[in-house]
Amino acid sequence: MNAPVSGFKARAHDKLNDAKLQRAMKNFNLAAARTRGVADLENLEDIRTAAASIRDHSLARLDLWLERFEQEATRRGTQVHWAETHEDINRIVIDIARRTGVRKIIKSKSMVSEESHLNAALEAEGLEVVETDLGEYIVQLAGETPSHIIAPAIHKSRDDVADLFVKHHGTPRKTDIGELTMEARKFLREHFMSGEMGISGGNFLIAETGSLFLVTNEGNGRMTTTLPRIHVAITGVEKVVPTLEDVSCILRVLTRSATGQSISNYVTLNTGPKRPGDTDGPEEMHVIIVDAGRTGLLGTDMQEALRCIRCGACMNHCPVYQNIGGHAYGWVYPGPIGSVLTPNFIGLENAIDLPNAATLCNQCGVVCPVKIPLPELMRKLRERQVDRGLRPWQERVGLRLWAWAAQRPGVYALLTRLAARAGKFFGGAGRTIHRLPGNGWTEGRDLPAPAGKTFRELYASRKRP
Amino acid sequence: MSEQKLRVGLFVTCLVDLMRPRIGFSAIKLLESADCEVVVPSSQTCCGQPAYNSGDRKSAQAVARKVIAEFRGCDYLVSPSGSCAGMIRAHYAELFSEFPEQRAEVDRLAARTHELTSFLVDVAGMAAVPGTFNGAVTYHDCCSGLRELGVKAQPRALLGRVAGLSLNEMGTPEYCCGFDGTFAVKYGEISARIADRKCDDIAATGADAVVLGDLGCMLNIEGRLQRRGDSKTKVYHVAEVLAGIDDD
Repeated sequence: MNAPVSGFKARAHDKLNDAKLQRAMKNFNLAAARTRGVADLENLEDIRTAAASIRDHSLARLDLWLERFEQEATRRGTQVHWAETHEDINRIVIDIARRTGVRKIIKSKSMVSEESHLNAALEAEGLEVVETDLGEYIVQLAGETPSHIIAPAIHKSRDDVADLFVKHHGTPRKTDIGELTMEARKFLREHFMSGEMGISGGNFLIAETGSLFLVTNEGNGRMTTTLPRIHVAITGVEKVVPTLEDVSCILRVLTRSATGQSISNYVTLNTGPKRPGDTDGPEEMHVIIVDAGRTGLLGTDMQEALRCIRCGACMNHCPVYQNIGGHAYGWVYPGPIGSVLTPNFIGLENAIDLPNAATLCNQCGVVCPVKIPLPELMRKLRERQVDRGLRPWQERVGLRLWAWAAQRPGVYALLTRLAARAGKFFGGAGRTIHRLPGNGWTEGRDLPAPAGKTFRELYASRKRP
Repeated sequence: MSEQKLRVGLFVTCLVDLMRPRIGFSAIKLLESADCEVVVPSSQTCCGQPAYNSGDRKSAQAVARKVIAEFRGCDYLVSPSGSCAGMIRAHYAELFSEFPEQRAEVDRLAARTHELTSFLVDVAGMAAVPGTFNGAVTYHDCCSGLRELGVKAQPRALLGRVAGLSLNEMGTPEYCCGFDGTFAVKYGEISARIADRKCDDIAATGADAVVLGDLGCMLNIEGRLQRRGDSKTKVYHVAEVLAGIDDD
C-alpha cells in the first residue's frame, strides 16, 4: 500500500493531452460555488479561525477525546475498533463480515477505505461490494479510483457515464443527466435492499455523545447506515471533535467550502445500533478508527495538516489540480492537501514530486476552512527532501553554487554580466530565446531575452560623475 | 520646516538586475517623484527565495543575512516585486526561526519592507505619477503581492492617475499565472498550461497591454503570449507604466 507514486510528470503529461479530461476539468467549477456559498457569511474569517482552533484543540488532546469517544460510543452499543495500519482496516472488516455471515456489502463514500484498497480486499474474500455514492458507483463500474475527494467521478463526461450504464446495466443508452441519475437510482435501490453490511466513512466523531457524524447529499449515506443489519464506519483518528457545538461551527464552513451549500442535503448522526423498540437501524454498529500514519504527524511541524475536514476546496482552487485532475497525483488524496498528506502517509521518498508540483500561489491556504498553511507545509516537505538528500544532485549542486555566488557581489556581478550578454546574443533580433536545452521553461513558452547589461552595472556607470 | 526625506533602499531584485534593468530605473524615478531619497546598496544580489522555495534553507539563510546587513541604514526597503518583498516581509521570520537572537533585527527589516506600489500609496502618499499611456491595460495580481502583502488596490489607484490609460479588468486577475520560479522550470508543461489560462483571460479583455508587479510573472506571461503567436499584447511592469514607457 506504500508503493511509490513515481511517474507524476508522465501522468501529468498524459492528462494535459487527454482532450476528454481537459473538457471535464473546464466544466468543473466548485470554486465558483464556494465563492457564492461564502458570500452570505459576514464573519467568514471569524468562523474559519474558530473552526481551526476547534480542530487544534481536538488534536492537542487527541488521546483524551478518542478515549472519551470510545467510552461514550461503547456505552451506546457501538463497537469501536482501532486500526493501526491499512492492513488492519481490511482485516477488521473481513472479520466482522465473516462472523456475521455477510456476503453483500454496500458502501457510501469513504476515502480512508481507498487508502487500504478495501474493495479489492473484500472481493478477494468472495464478498460482493457495491459503491452507492453516484460518483463512486460510476468510478467502480469503470474500474477506476476517485479523482476528487468529494466529486469522485469529476473526470468522467456524461457520455462516459452513458456508455458505462449501457455496458453494466444492459439498458438502452441515455444521455440526459436526469435520466441517467434515475437509472442509477433504480439499480442502487435494489442494492440498498439486499445489502447485508453498510460501510460508511465518517466526517467527524463526536466525543461527548459517541456519535458518528455524516455529511452527504444523495441520501445513500442514510440508506447505507440504516438499512443493512451491520453498519461499519471507517474514519481517521484525527476526525474526533469534542462536542456537537464544535461540529456545528465547523459544519458552517465545511459545506460552503465544499459545494457552496449552506448545509448539505443530509446531516446524519449515528449513535449506536438499533435499540429495543426501535423500528429501524442496524443490529450492529462498528466504528473503525484508523491511524495509518496520522499520529506520526502529531507534535511535528506537519500537525496542522490533521486539521483537514476533507472539503476539497484546496484542490478546487488549485491551478495545478484544475489542469491535471486528481489521478495524476498518484495516490488517494490529490491537490494541495494530497501533496502534504501523501508524502507523510506513504513516505517522503515515495512521493518526491508532490510537494514540489505546486506554484505556492496560496489560493489553497486562503480558502481552506480550517486555515491549513498548505504552501508552508509543502515548503517544509521540500526542506526535508533536501535534508535527506532526496533531491537530484544537479539541483543540489546548482543551488549551492548559486548561493555561493549570491553571497559574493563581485563574482555575482561578473556572472550576471556574462549571462545578460549571452542571453541577449541568443535572443537575437527578436529578443526572444525559443529553446533552452534541458530547461522545462521553453517546453511551452519562449523566454524574453535579457536587455544585455545588468541594472547594477548601468546604475554604477550612471552614478559615476 | 521641511520634513526630512524618507531614506529608501531599493532592492532591485535579481531578475530585474539580470533581465530588465529599466524596471529598476523606473522604480527610482517613481520613488524620487514621491520625494524619497533613494539609495541602492551596490552589493545586493538576491533575497534568497529560490533556495527557500527549493527547500535549501541554509543557502536561503546565507543570502538573506546579506540582505539584512545591506539595508540596515535605510528607513525602508522597497522592491518592485511582491514576491521578493513578500519573502522578506512574510517569510524571513520563519527562515530565521532557529536563530531567536536574530529575531528582533529580522522583524525590524520585515516591518520596513514594502512592495513598490504599496509603498508609494500607503507610505509615501504619492499623488501624481509621471507616466502617460495611450490605451487600455489589464492588471494581473501576482500571487505573493496579493496574498502575502495585500497588494490589490494600490497599483490600480496609481494606474488610475496615468493620463490616457484605461483599465479593463480581466475575469480572474487573482488567478496564478503558473510561474513560481523553479516550478516553471521543473514542471514546465503544467506551468505553461496554467499560463495559457491567464493568456486567454488577458486576450478576452482586448487590452493593449497587461500590467503587473513581478518580473517573474511578466517573463512567464510574455513568453507564453509569444509562443501562442501573440506579439500584439504588450507586457509591462507597473513601474514602467507609472514612470513612463518611453523614458530611458
